[in-house]
Amino acid sequence: MAKNCHNDYKMKFSGDEEFPDLSLHNNHMAKVLTKEIYAKLRGKSTPSGFTVDDVIQTGVDNPGHPFIMTVGCVAGDEECYEAFKELLDPIISDRHSGYKPTDKHSTDLNFENLKGGDDLDPNYVLSSRVRTGRSIKGFTLPPHNSRGERRGIEKLSIEALASLDGEFKGKYYPLSGMTDAEQDLLINDHFLFDKPVSPPLTCAGMARDWPDGRGIWHNNNKTFLVWVNEEDHLRVISMQQGGNMKEVFRRFCVGLQNIEGIFKKHNHGFMWNEHLGYILTCPSNLGTGLRGGVHVKLPKLSTHAKFEEILTRLRLQKRGTGGVDTASVGGVFDISNADRLGSSEVAQVQMVVDGVKLMVEMEKKLEKGEAIDSMIPAQK
Amino acid sequence: NTHHTMKLKYDSDQEYPDLSKHNNHMAKILTPAMYENLRSKETPSGFTLDDVIQTGIDNPGHPFIMTVGCVAGDEEAYEVFKELLDPVIEDRHGGYKPSDKHKTDINPDNLKGGDDLDSDYVLSSRVRTGRSVRGFCLPPHCSRGERRAVEQLSIEALDSLSGDLQGKYYALKNMSDAEQQQLIDDHFLFDKPVSPLLLASGMGRDWPDARGIWHNDNKTFLVWVNEEDHLRVISMQKGGNTKEVFNRFCTGLTKIETLFKERKHGFMWNEHLGYVLTCPSNLGTGLRAGVHVKLPNLSKNAKFEDILKKLRLQKRGTGGVDTAAVGGVFDISNADRLGFSEVELVQMVVDGVRLMVEMEKKLEKGESIDNVMPAQK
Repeated sequence: MAKNCHNDYKMKFSGDEEFPDLSLHNNHMAKVLTKEIYAKLRGKSTPSGFTVDDVIQTGVDNPGHPFIMTVGCVAGDEECYEAFKELLDPIISDRHSGYKPTDKHSTDLNFENLKGGDDLDPNYVLSSRVRTGRSIKGFTLPPHNSRGERRGIEKLSIEALASLDGEFKGKYYPLSGMTDAEQDLLINDHFLFDKPVSPPLTCAGMARDWPDGRGIWHNNNKTFLVWVNEEDHLRVISMQQGGNMKEVFRRFCVGLQNIEGIFKKHNHGFMWNEHLGYILTCPSNLGTGLRGGVHVKLPKLSTHAKFEEILTRLRLQKRGTGGVDTASVGGVFDISNADRLGSSEVAQVQMVVDGVKLMVEMEKKLEKGEAIDSMIPAQK
Repeated sequence: NTHHTMKLKYDSDQEYPDLSKHNNHMAKILTPAMYENLRSKETPSGFTLDDVIQTGIDNPGHPFIMTVGCVAGDEEAYEVFKELLDPVIEDRHGGYKPSDKHKTDINPDNLKGGDDLDSDYVLSSRVRTGRSVRGFCLPPHCSRGERRAVEQLSIEALDSLSGDLQGKYYALKNMSDAEQQQLIDDHFLFDKPVSPLLLASGMGRDWPDARGIWHNDNKTFLVWVNEEDHLRVISMQKGGNTKEVFNRFCTGLTKIETLFKERKHGFMWNEHLGYVLTCPSNLGTGLRAGVHVKLPNLSKNAKFEDILKKLRLQKRGTGGVDTAAVGGVFDISNADRLGFSEVELVQMVVDGVRLMVEMEKKLEKGESIDNVMPAQK
């Protein structure tokens, strides 16, 4: 809930006097930000008034995280990635496996390009989900936007989503109108976003004015959801019980493209460029912004000495079943793609499908007391 | 402040906050018309109306107390946003008017009694206030450079204290978790900022950079640096000798003020609002004088709240604001800050607590307290 601070008097102090103490810090921003970079960038601001102190505040306030290497910085608008490239390019490179300022990112939302994925064993794969984020051109991002902007985004989103039909026909539920009981049910169904208590989010100013302008839209089947004004303008989610990731991805691609078409018609397309792909609040979500994952039972494999290495080689990541910032429960893990930038949507979901299929086979072998050494994959 | 300029493209109705579920002083005062009048203004340092009210928007209400719901980011905020802050001040401070003058009296000789509160009931006594250092923005708004400069000035000033005020500064960032927990348990150290009221106004930024605690060797005189205010000055000790606590408080505070003035950074003060602090609730004296006192019988009496009100006193739990009482022990302190002097407020605590301890003793003996009920002060 912390606000960003715009204080003109700070320019009277030198760069050294203002440079944050990062000695106890372990996040991407802290590893990259030098006094020289800070001195160069501190006098700049984007047209909407976002400064380098705004970019880094969350990383200053949150030295490290027990489960994951956090990014420690956010964008307040599209222009940040250009104005503060001296800081953000190296962070993007560190976070996205050496992605260079000259690299181009490929977008592929043609679900027919995915091979297989309709046959993951539902005895192990409990549910499948694909999500991404989208930012709407012409508005600043959640760390920085005003109530007027946020409400403008909400209104546009309601109009766009109300025009969906067929399997996508649904309804919008503003957070302001929701009862605590409705809200708890949606959280338990894994549909709703958390109340903003995570310090990396609150320190970036993303929880200001909660719950004003926030809400969730979902189709009648509860298999396609859109979160409005949480960590990004929009989060688009396709999900269902069981292991049919192919169907989840099909619905994801079709729904997303329908939505994009409608926003473009309203002259507010999505932020995108050929270097960074889709522009989102957190540099970790650039590119596809896509996290495709399953909840899968791996009680034996997860306690195997090589589990972490297998995940690394498959370019996959594990989380608890409450999402980021949680631990796993009962041997059930959330397994998803680790990459976002530098590979397409199809390529990333393919990695999840192929990787999870392999890990379920490994789990079955371990159940029978067999070794899995011959199955350890090569680095993707 | 270019962000500020950008949002002026939206009209006032589009930016006006939804306060329909809110119950704090700001929410009761801020009308759409007032918002429209003030939204285009900013102080010289760039503090805007939205900055003033953000904490009150993000925190609709509080279970134990009626919160203020707004903060100042610098001295000028109280002038630039007076249309909002004057009525908030009036509501919070018993009808204090924009034309009223506040009196300051930190002469401890003017306090009558206070050295005789029964230590079987009064476990500890404490007086605190806040001070803002002129020339710097306040905790919701200050930059790291400003905050460090306040810390540096404070260390220089405090290092020159001597006698029973001689002491040492402990920067929060160098403190071990164990040292820190010890100081919290001794009621010396401020909480890590977890209260949403503080965090939403930006006071937790860059923690623990440039925050620290100075205390004398006896641990009876403490200064908090860069918590909710630039300085919080605290005098405390076990037992009921509030007079001695207040003596030390006044002596120490006066010495510190002199040292800051010598360094050309006196305290923010004016004759209308007295000492200028971050939260409008602490204007005037900024003084909270209180005791931890055992009142298990009185606190269950139907008239307890009414007695407190008549005595112009306030109850809190023994963890300070935002906590509940434990074992019948209450933190009892003055409710007022503005419109009364320091001596007057401590006098109310001394006289009021003496009376409540007498009432507690009566109730222990099964006697009625109806004939000792006070009149409204």
